[in-house]
Amino acid sequence: MIVRLLGEGQFRVDDAVIARLNELDAEIEQAVAAGDENALWSRLQELADAVRANGARLSDDELTPSDAVIPPEDLSLDEARELLSDGGFIPDPVAT
Amino acid sequence: MGLWQRFTLIFKSKASAALDRAEDPNQTLDYSYEQQLQQLQNVKRGIADVTTAKKRLELQYTSMQQQVDKLDGQARDALKANREDLAREALTRKAAVQAQLQDIMTQGQQLEAQQQKLIEGEKTLAAKVESFRTQKEVIKAQYSAAEAQVRISEAAGGIGEQMQDVGLAVERAKDKTQQMQARANAIDELTSAGALSDLTGSGDDIDRQLQQISQGSQVDDELAKMKAEIGQGEAPKQLEAEPEPAAEGEEKPA
Repeated sequence: MIVRLLGEGQFRVDDAVIARLNELDAEIEQAVAAGDENALWSRLQELADAVRANGARLSDDELTPSDAVIPPEDLSLDEARELLSDGGFIPDPVAT
Repeated sequence: MGLWQRFTLIFKSKASAALDRAEDPNQTLDYSYEQQLQQLQNVKRGIADVTTAKKRLELQYTSMQQQVDKLDGQARDALKANREDLAREALTRKAAVQAQLQDIMTQGQQLEAQQQKLIEGEKTLAAKVESFRTQKEVIKAQYSAAEAQVRISEAAGGIGEQMQDVGLAVERAKDKTQQMQARANAIDELTSAGALSDLTGSGDDIDRQLQQISQGSQVDDELAKMKAEIGQGEAPKQLEAEPEPAAEGEEKPA
């Protein structure tokens, strides 16, 4: 499965790691619910580290879509809440 | 659904919304490529904007640093003039400005890290756009319409993500810059209004009071000089003559 770490790049990650990523994801959601920004950052950090440690970076000229996208490690609580409400902080596609 | 999964869904739906597919795969390819070039320009401009804003903040930071030095100098001047109260106020303000400066510096370091990442992201996008350019000619030449459509979707999806990724990084860096700018402006206003301490109601600003002291002593000096000059020349008859050390000694020293 291909995972994109936002602001960093794409990684090919073994499917066996996904269970661990999902565990961390649940903890991230709890941190947001509890309003604990430090926990949010440390869990996001763990999530990104798990991808880096278990994944192989895709080269820059590969044009493969990702199966999962992981938010920036310094995501703020406000951004996380905005995201959960309506995906607000992700900019709209380029206007043409 | 967890946050990460939700994030993935939203992110990908935005990325695919960026791809306007035409009936003819060739048109889709060319249109998509144009969009990529445009996004690349947007990102370059965004990076330039953030860089400019950051430089301006650095200048502002320097001037705030000078403010700290000035307050320090004021405290010394106040102490020399035996005004411990003023010195205390100046040092209080200095501490407040310093605390804010420290905060801005930490934010600046985070911004720096974000900026580095988005410069990397821009390089990646440029590499992907170049790769797309090559692939689109191959797709046009070698595949049937149906096959081409599938390949285009995949290639455009992959690059659409990268476009979103750097776009988001630019937006966040801009937001961060604006937040820092707002804080820096607030500090500037506070220091120029002399309102950083609790002594807002006291009216007189340290600077003004110190100026009065130094003006006061300047006036004294000038007065003394004038008196000396007048004393050496012809003494005015109507005015009360000041005692002069070099005078004829009619008056005794007090």
